[in-house]
Amino acid sequence: MILDVILFYGAAIVAIASGLFVIAQRNPINSAFSLIITMCSLAVMFAMLGSGFIAVLQVVVYAGAIMVLFLFVIMLLNAKQEEGERAGGIGRAGIGLGIILALQSVMVVWKGSLGLPTNHQETASADVARGLFSDPRFLYPFEATSILILAAMVGAIVVARKEKGK
Amino acid sequence: MMAFFETAHAGFVQVALAVSAFLFVIGAVGVFVRRNVITVMMCIELMLNAVNLAFIAFSRAHGTIDGQILVFFVFTVAAAEAAVGLAIVIALQRNREDLDVDSFNLLKG
Repeated sequence: MILDVILFYGAAIVAIASGLFVIAQRNPINSAFSLIITMCSLAVMFAMLGSGFIAVLQVVVYAGAIMVLFLFVIMLLNAKQEEGERAGGIGRAGIGLGIILALQSVMVVWKGSLGLPTNHQETASADVARGLFSDPRFLYPFEATSILILAAMVGAIVVARKEKGK
Repeated sequence: MMAFFETAHAGFVQVALAVSAFLFVIGAVGVFVRRNVITVMMCIELMLNAVNLAFIAFSRAHGTIDGQILVFFVFTVAAAEAAVGLAIVIALQRNREDLDVDSFNLLKG
């Protein structure tokens, strides 16, 4: 219990701090590494919230596969350090929008989390599998994601390949 | 001392929702503030992760598995999105030799 609490709150603080680093850095490589730290601490939070299977998937799929893809593209394109701000004051408008969004979400979380039920229970990966494959609400969408992945794979190759004669 | 940890343990869902909201706001601001296309895409991933955290928190609060399965779907869609998005970034770099979002203004009125 005590270890759970320490891990959870520690991971929450690390997630927010490294999340801030993602947008505070000017160098995309530093942003990518901060994002990997954010995802790993989110995985710790998932595990402490009782979803061990999703926590493992978070590390393998997100921090592993997707972020490696990002780092690969950053290094392939040799993305340079950003200089200056966005044109036309979009950056300042974005910060203003962020303040409004933050106030809204504080209100939503504050009001919305009051009436939440507390049916806490640990779930094993077998429960996730049972929910995914024995419930027709999720089985057909799950099969449909295979088509999505195939379409994304073909699309990525078609978009990124070099056209002939160029 | 034990009572403090009991209270802290009972507040996991609320804290997770607060962290989720905060990370979502960080991601949304980053989309506007950063100029590099790849960093903007990473901010979108950050927002997706924040939503995943909210799903997991609600899944725990309600004691059901549905939230976790939805997170599973978000994973697959995010993987597809990252693959296609980064392919588009590579095509952009090849054709425009620039990664600054301000330089992509062909559709600007």
